[in-house]
Amino acid sequence: MEIKKGDWVQIHYIALNHEERVSHLPEDTKKVPFEVRIKGFLEDEKAEIGDIVTIKTPIGRLVKGKLEKVNPKYEHNFGEPIPELLKINKDKLFLSRDRGEKPQS
Amino acid sequence: MDKSYKAVMERQIEIIKKSVGLDYTKYEIEGIAFDYEKMMNELGFSIEEIKRIQKETGVGDTPLVELKNINKLIKKFSDKGKGARIFVKDEQTNPSGSFKDRRASISVYMAKKLGYEGVIAATSGNYGAAVASQAAKRGLKSIIIQECFDSRGVGQPEILEKERACAGYGSEVIQVSVGPELFYYTLLLLEETGFFNASLYSPFGIAGIETLGLEIANQTKELTGKFPNVVVSTHAGGGLTTGTARGLKKAGAYSTKVIGASVDLRGLHMASDKDFNRKSFTTGHTGFGIPFAVFPDRSDVPRNAARVLRYMDRYVLVTQGEVFYMTELLAKLEGLQRGPAGNTSLVAAFALAREMKEDEIIVVNETEYTGAGKLPSAQLTFAKENGIQVISGDPIKDDKPGERIVIPEDPSQIGYIEIPMSQLKESYINQLIKRLGKSDFTQKEIEFISEEIREDEDSVKNLIKKLREESL
Repeated sequence: MEIKKGDWVQIHYIALNHEERVSHLPEDTKKVPFEVRIKGFLEDEKAEIGDIVTIKTPIGRLVKGKLEKVNPKYEHNFGEPIPELLKINKDKLFLSRDRGEKPQS
Repeated sequence: MDKSYKAVMERQIEIIKKSVGLDYTKYEIEGIAFDYEKMMNELGFSIEEIKRIQKETGVGDTPLVELKNINKLIKKFSDKGKGARIFVKDEQTNPSGSFKDRRASISVYMAKKLGYEGVIAATSGNYGAAVASQAAKRGLKSIIIQECFDSRGVGQPEILEKERACAGYGSEVIQVSVGPELFYYTLLLLEETGFFNASLYSPFGIAGIETLGLEIANQTKELTGKFPNVVVSTHAGGGLTTGTARGLKKAGAYSTKVIGASVDLRGLHMASDKDFNRKSFTTGHTGFGIPFAVFPDRSDVPRNAARVLRYMDRYVLVTQGEVFYMTELLAKLEGLQRGPAGNTSLVAAFALAREMKEDEIIVVNETEYTGAGKLPSAQLTFAKENGIQVISGDPIKDDKPGERIVIPEDPSQIGYIEIPMSQLKESYINQLIKRLGKSDFTQKEIEFISEEIREDEDSVKNLIKKLREESL
């Protein structure tokens, strides 16, 4: 797929390598770099995934990074129904007990 | 210009000074002491003017709603004569769907007034959407920087939802991986762009929330004939609780107790790449709540305007499972599908109401919008994908942050964990001793601490003595 100037894309770059990070980090975070992802419009005439490109962000800032995605998808969603929550039922809640009584288990 | 971590942090004071539109040195007294009230009052706006500025962009004047069905349920599960009435302030009716519009409205107004071209905010939550929305209304550019991904590139659904919202308002959204270097990166951007730092913790941000406390006091009085006995406020960085409490006082509600509530995530490390996606709440939890209460000046401005120990009467923790359960109850019993933030304090309110008298009033000071990524179904699906167990059971006894989320089986299981204020106050002094290496305090510093933790000077001196001996 040809990616061309003006396409909405996502770039990625490393802002700090792991050894450049702050010293007071948990062990797991110490081992990984500090990464950045930004979306914007491709400035280069054409490019391929993995190329170092320049984008123009929605406010007009030019940023350079590795081309990661084209027209990046919104990946979050409503999830799956949760059985533990589905069983909460208005009638059952009010059916139960009178004031002061301890609920049944 | 040198963009290394060290070089940028060395330019911190200069960068902040240019970007916040305030000279904080004016309020310094000596050592740790500064004049908090002078800083808050020098904004030059009365609360009426703040209301007017907020009205210009459609912020505030949200409804106060009694939760009649939930209140009936509480009575069913309370002893005779007990079961206070709960009202919620439906803050989701603000333009971007949360009380954060109040906070953003004044910052963005100031940015415009002071001639900045744009605003920058470092936030993964509703504040980003609020800044982006207010900037759109006032014709300014905005950059939102969010801590979003772990090293696998996996993003928390609630934060991904916020990215969508901010981008929808026309913002540039910068998503970074886990770590405190978010602050470094924010400084770098402030320097590059010359934009205004719409910090969550500036006096502008806090003053904007005072209208919330004022409205709560006035609306409760209008509906019930009196001020609320208790206001429960979800506590993270401290702004909501501080601003609400200040507003209540401005309305004359001096005897209203302010209770902070956070989700219990103790044991999870906030800067850990692995723990990042093992929590189902991105705000309103102990990872912010405790550190910001006991050392507020850890924020991105020289002096944090959010100082909860000055205002919080009690601090309680609730569990993730309880908040998901309460979110369901609010939808199924009250027809209000709302996000997790306000439901944290609603859990605490539910448990507290059972202990309070039936003619007493509790107000939960916010709701927030919900949607994909924010709903319990989204969060719990994500939790399961990340190896977290989701079960029914006792939400407090069986809860294990980062390993197990326990959904209550019955409303009687809704409770809270009390964190004694004395513990937070001691921790505040300990932070001064340990972080700043303080061993002696001047009289002015003692006076300052006394105001900060609301203890008389002798008690402060005794506490310092005790903690210094313990630290040896």
